[in-house]
Amino acid sequence: MKETTVDKVLGHPRNAWYVAAWDHEVNRKPLARTVANRPLALYRTEDGDAVALADACWHRLAPLSMGKLEGRDGIRCPYHGILYNSAGRCVSMPAQETINPSATVASFPVVERHRYVWVWLGDAALADPELVPDMHQMDDPAWAGDGLTISVDCNYQLVLDNLMDLTHEEFVHSSSIGQEALSESEFTVHHDERTVTVERWMLGIDAPPFWLKNMRDKFPGFEGKVDRWQIIHFESPSTINIDVGVARAGTGAPQGDRSQGVNGYVMNTISPVTDRSCRYFWAFMRNYRLESQVITTQLRDGVSGVFKEDEDMLVAQQAAIDANPDYEFYSLNIDAGGMWVRRLIERQLAAEGRLPAPVSAG
Amino acid sequence: MATSHAVVWQRATVVDSTALTGDIRRIVLAPDHPARADAGAHIDVRVPIGGVLDRRSYSVVDAGPEGRTLAISVLDSPRSRGGARAMHALRPGDTIEITQPIVDFPLRVGAAHYVLLAGGIGITAVMGMASVLRSVGADYTLVYAGRSRPALAYLDQLLNAHGDRLRLHITGEGSPLDVTELVGGVEPGTELYLCGPIRLMDAVRRAWIERELPYPDLRFETFGNSGWFAPEDFVVRIPRIGAEVTVRATETMLEALEAAEVDLMFDCRKGECGLCEVRVLDLDGDIDHRDVFYSERQKDSRGKMCCCVSRVVAPPGGTAVVTIDIS
Repeated sequence: MKETTVDKVLGHPRNAWYVAAWDHEVNRKPLARTVANRPLALYRTEDGDAVALADACWHRLAPLSMGKLEGRDGIRCPYHGILYNSAGRCVSMPAQETINPSATVASFPVVERHRYVWVWLGDAALADPELVPDMHQMDDPAWAGDGLTISVDCNYQLVLDNLMDLTHEEFVHSSSIGQEALSESEFTVHHDERTVTVERWMLGIDAPPFWLKNMRDKFPGFEGKVDRWQIIHFESPSTINIDVGVARAGTGAPQGDRSQGVNGYVMNTISPVTDRSCRYFWAFMRNYRLESQVITTQLRDGVSGVFKEDEDMLVAQQAAIDANPDYEFYSLNIDAGGMWVRRLIERQLAAEGRLPAPVSAG
Repeated sequence: MATSHAVVWQRATVVDSTALTGDIRRIVLAPDHPARADAGAHIDVRVPIGGVLDRRSYSVVDAGPEGRTLAISVLDSPRSRGGARAMHALRPGDTIEITQPIVDFPLRVGAAHYVLLAGGIGITAVMGMASVLRSVGADYTLVYAGRSRPALAYLDQLLNAHGDRLRLHITGEGSPLDVTELVGGVEPGTELYLCGPIRLMDAVRRAWIERELPYPDLRFETFGNSGWFAPEDFVVRIPRIGAEVTVRATETMLEALEAAEVDLMFDCRKGECGLCEVRVLDLDGDIDHRDVFYSERQKDSRGKMCCCVSRVVAPPGGTAVVTIDIS
């Protein structure tokens, strides 16, 4: 088994939960979404259960997502009227008296959790809801916040790389959260079979504009130095929750007392769309001033602006990768977190018999 | 269910051939281009019959990791049209053309209860499903019906694997399957997966509909190879093109017409799609409808037949003749 390749277009594990949509996006009207190269028709039954069917009618592969919902849990193909139930079984073939026994479309396991609709495209017998990544801050009453979706024209692994090494903030996000201390401070990396953690503390520094504003939301008129932290939690194959915050310098945050600071969680989960595009679902959750919709909106819009800077960089990076097929990646010490992520994903791909990853230019 | 309908032909090497019963052999194949075989998968094979390659479908009984080996089991009965005999003649080292696994009979994980019902060699289509249901802890019953204990392939293995969840019905031991009782006893929310002779399938379908159970929850697979009557020779007349063709007991009506260069449309060749439909103008004898395309009403009207699988049987003391028109 080859390990820790620097394949520039990394394959994605099949036996995993991926977010297909926010819960509020799946309704009594079909939604077309491609996840991990599989076009899906998403909808909700009258009982409220989310459904993910292959978005191609058994007959001539017309997209079911263009059809209409019918009855308690049915969807009718818009072309010749073949009706399916939520299990993907044909219920009616209008032009004949019987139903062809092989008439089914794939119905994929679905779980709704943490405000998202998760779908499992691999072996259904392995689709254990306990494997949904922990994103509990999304719907825990101790946290408030909101997020958005970004469609990025790049391989999903480039987003993981971006989130596992935040030294890029100094250069990509210089007006909001970037500062020199990011590159200058030490970081530690830990991993186990499913997770990778990168932890970085910056002590006694000036708060960058984004964090100064947050401190003043909680502590009006705040001035002075802060201790800043970034604790990046990766959970295989593509969820990264980042524990971020600042506290008044020297008040014990590194030792566990964060009462003199503000704490947020940047929740990120990335679903491959094709080998060169992905859907990046994110939210910024906070555990202070929970009542303030103003702060929720300001944080969502502020982070959205920051992530637009990432998106521009990622799209340009993918274009440069494709324009330079004969050049390889080299790694730096700061890539330790991202390289552990690669290795965990590659082990999962190998276990699925799916190495090497696709590398053809597309 | 990751359903694959793609037909990808490749070469496979026979790695084992073992007799399971007097007339069933287990054949293990190593394909050149392995692909995963999900529960309910089958492969099509090209078998030489009288010097011509013909196509047969066999369920995948079990598979090695990522489909690197595929086991099928083949019944050679007196009614076999020659494909089974050719398959039984295969020995380790021989090669044969097969498709990658095709899933037209997918198992859905997540139903409240399951009944897997196999008549005889039909066990090959549901064994993989039983393994999956056991591994995910589903509530399932495997019902296995046959003539006699020695005729039941994989019996010991199934008893070991499924214990109390296996229900045997053996005609020769005075415990034949009572379809009305079986279907009458299924709990709401049950999915029934069925593979067996057409008499069994028709009986289960009738009982299922009578009990007004949801029709999509009755799942079955047929390769169109069994009928209500033993196959016999019959004559097909097509007056419009001046053709008269004798269909031998060992060939299908479609094969005989193709050999006579009658230009016919068809697709599935297993009695499901209805494309090979011919119109019956006159009939001496009766039609042995072996398809699942027509409703009972349509079958009873004797006005059309699926020539890929259905046959004609002679009237008492007479000769079987069907006069048809074609598209």
